[in-house]
Amino acid sequence: MITCSAVGKRYPGGLTALDGVSCDIAAGEMVFITGHSGAGKSTLVKLIAAIERPTAGSIVVNGQNLAALRGSALPYLRRNLGLVFQDQKLLFDRNALENVLLPLAIIGTPMREATRRAQAALDKVGLLERAKANPIALSGGEQQRLAIARAVVNRPAILIADEPTANLDAESAARILDIFHAFHQVGVTVLVATHDPQWSGRAATRELRLAHGSLVA
Amino acid sequence: MNAWLNQHLLAARDAARRLIASPLGTLLSLCVIAIALTLPAAGWLLVDNVQRTARSAAGIQQISVFMALDADRKAAEEIASRLKANPPGDWRFVPREEALKRLQGGSRMGDLAAGLPRNPLPDAFVVEPTDTSPAAMERLAKSIADWPRVAHVQLDTDWVRRFDAFVRIGKLFVSLLAGIFGAALVLATFNTIRLQILAHAAEIEVARLIGATDGWIRRPFAYYGALQGALGGLLAFVFINAGKWLLAPSIAELAQLYDASFSLQGPSAAHGLLLVACGALLGWIGAFLSVSLSLRDPK
Repeated sequence: MITCSAVGKRYPGGLTALDGVSCDIAAGEMVFITGHSGAGKSTLVKLIAAIERPTAGSIVVNGQNLAALRGSALPYLRRNLGLVFQDQKLLFDRNALENVLLPLAIIGTPMREATRRAQAALDKVGLLERAKANPIALSGGEQQRLAIARAVVNRPAILIADEPTANLDAESAARILDIFHAFHQVGVTVLVATHDPQWSGRAATRELRLAHGSLVA
Repeated sequence: MNAWLNQHLLAARDAARRLIASPLGTLLSLCVIAIALTLPAAGWLLVDNVQRTARSAAGIQQISVFMALDADRKAAEEIASRLKANPPGDWRFVPREEALKRLQGGSRMGDLAAGLPRNPLPDAFVVEPTDTSPAAMERLAKSIADWPRVAHVQLDTDWVRRFDAFVRIGKLFVSLLAGIFGAALVLATFNTIRLQILAHAAEIEVARLIGATDGWIRRPFAYYGALQGALGGLLAFVFINAGKWLLAPSIAELAQLYDASFSLQGPSAAHGLLLVACGALLGWIGAFLSVSLSLRDPK
């Protein structure tokens, strides 16, 4: 599903975020990318989601070589990925339901069906009662769950999350973990970057540990 | 197909909502667009009206045919019979006596004419051809000049030609004006849309991250630009009609003073549609350029 071969990322100014990372993530796997702060977790996630481009090596996602991908093909690749960002990137000018509707509007889903699917996605993360609420009125954990609902409403084959529990208390974090686990159970490939130690070894099927831009385990 | 149509409907609705959401800003933008469209459109109508009026004035274009001074009435009858046999339009005979009488009746030349020992004026014909195009007039004048005992044929097409040249310059000027104001309209829309893009920066960023194409992002803005331009065109049509309504009494008065019967023509409904279409097209272009430029930053 995702294959990284000798991937390197060097930022202008000489900072090497990733160096020679190779990994293979099969369809249906649940993988955690762990490591200390600044180890390159977020960078790897951004490269896989084609938000940034590697300076060395190649990444193949869903059979598509990202390096060879034209800019105009990028949106179609992203539609097969469910992305959950560290800062959620929710829109505060609309309510929770409308936030979840955005990916469906982009692919032109008819309004009635889109609403039904968005409600189903909100239900899955336990936010159906808060559908009309503005994201600003939601707690940190609820905002993160809303971001997950938006990521999965398209039924993507791959769900990628960057530090989804960064600022959450243990209870909320556990709930987020349960949600990811549920998606893994139904066959979604789940990739989570986290520094939270309670994740590793608990529900993970595999762990990729990064240190100083290189894979150590 | 259904998804495509659905996306367009959503984009159009989104654009209409944004227009309504800030009524004052929208009104100001519409006024700017309407003024930019009104000036060249009104200029064009003005030139068109002047040309139309001149064309109807040109309907009294005449060819004056003067007989030789020593030609007798028989020669004049010969010309009359030729005109009668193959009439090029209206014509009448002006005997030399009548011409003199008219000259004497005139205020300034009267005394001078009275002191003349004999009538210095020839018999003459005044021909008003049906075909008043300059080329046909000239052809006719040339052939009459060859008729017997015709001394001189006078053709008054020169002023028509000069006038046509003026009208051409006027139209060129209005075209240049239209070009300049059209560009201004594109730029005004460009700027409006740029501000909108800044206001929707978060939405655009998220949409791109979750798989929106450039076309999808551009669509509501393009609809916004086109809709705003179309409404501006409609407002320009209202402006022009208001201007016409304000000018009409003065023009009617002027026409009466000249014993003429002309009134301002247009703008027609077709002109209105043209204005709306031009506004929509220019607005769309401005929006398209604006979004394309801001999407060039890679994300």
